[in-house]
Amino acid sequence: MHLSYREWWALIHGIIFGAFFLLAFSGGLAGLWSLRTEWVTTEGLRERVRRLKIGTVTMALAAWGTVITGTWIVYHWYRYTSPDSPKSKLTADPTTAAWHTFGMEWTEHVAWIAPILATVAAGLVVYYGAYLARNRTVRNIAIGFFVAAFATAAVAGIFGALITKAAPVH
Amino acid sequence: MATPAEIEQQPPRPAPISEAEPPSGPAAALILAGGLAVFCMGLVTTLGEASTGIADALQWNDRVGPLSGKTLITVIVFAVAWALLTALWRRANPPLRSITIVSAALILLGLLGTFPTFFQAFE
Repeated sequence: MHLSYREWWALIHGIIFGAFFLLAFSGGLAGLWSLRTEWVTTEGLRERVRRLKIGTVTMALAAWGTVITGTWIVYHWYRYTSPDSPKSKLTADPTTAAWHTFGMEWTEHVAWIAPILATVAAGLVVYYGAYLARNRTVRNIAIGFFVAAFATAAVAGIFGALITKAAPVH
Repeated sequence: MATPAEIEQQPPRPAPISEAEPPSGPAAALILAGGLAVFCMGLVTTLGEASTGIADALQWNDRVGPLSGKTLITVIVFAVAWALLTALWRRANPPLRSITIVSAALILLGLLGTFPTFFQAFE
């Protein structure tokens, strides 16, 4: 059992940062959705808001970590011009070319939208804090950005995983 | 099992929030900056596909290719728009709902610009 240097970075990009963001989403969404003054006590609200602030900021940082490592470290190994690079292998075969021309082209661009939207959601949580429980409009806006961040990250994550399966970075 | 005395006890009171709500300006600044950044990503992606000159200009790093310029420009737009709008609206109360609608429209346009079937039509 051995992982190469490049495989370690692919692991950090996809499993440490990327999967953390996607797995933490359901907890964050449940926390935001149920943050209402009529459902929590004063002590409960204080604790929930603190947890939400930490959670959403950590998720935003994980999203930034995913795209920075993906674009600036792993991606150039993928797109090497040598015939044994993942991109060259995929595009050489018409039956697999769409993994690059559609899948990777979408992934590499849409992925960068996730940290931006996650930052907006985290910023709203940090700025409004306990007021999110009282102000339904702001809470819904934060939820909207949070869900949109997840959706874009999910598209990038699913295609990233499938492309890695079709042509891994070694 | 709860005793009658426990049942008669008052349930926990909902959380009161006594202080005045903060101005919506900084939140609106962040929401609009997010929309502008996503729109920017879609725009530079489509422009980079439409023109080889623009694609070359976006190649800020040879190993990463044009994606380097697209991503850095997007991050710069996000940071600058966030800072400027926050400075502009720090104590203001712009309508959050309207700004969110504008931001959502920008995000949808940005998503369209990053969709391969769309931007590859400009090749």
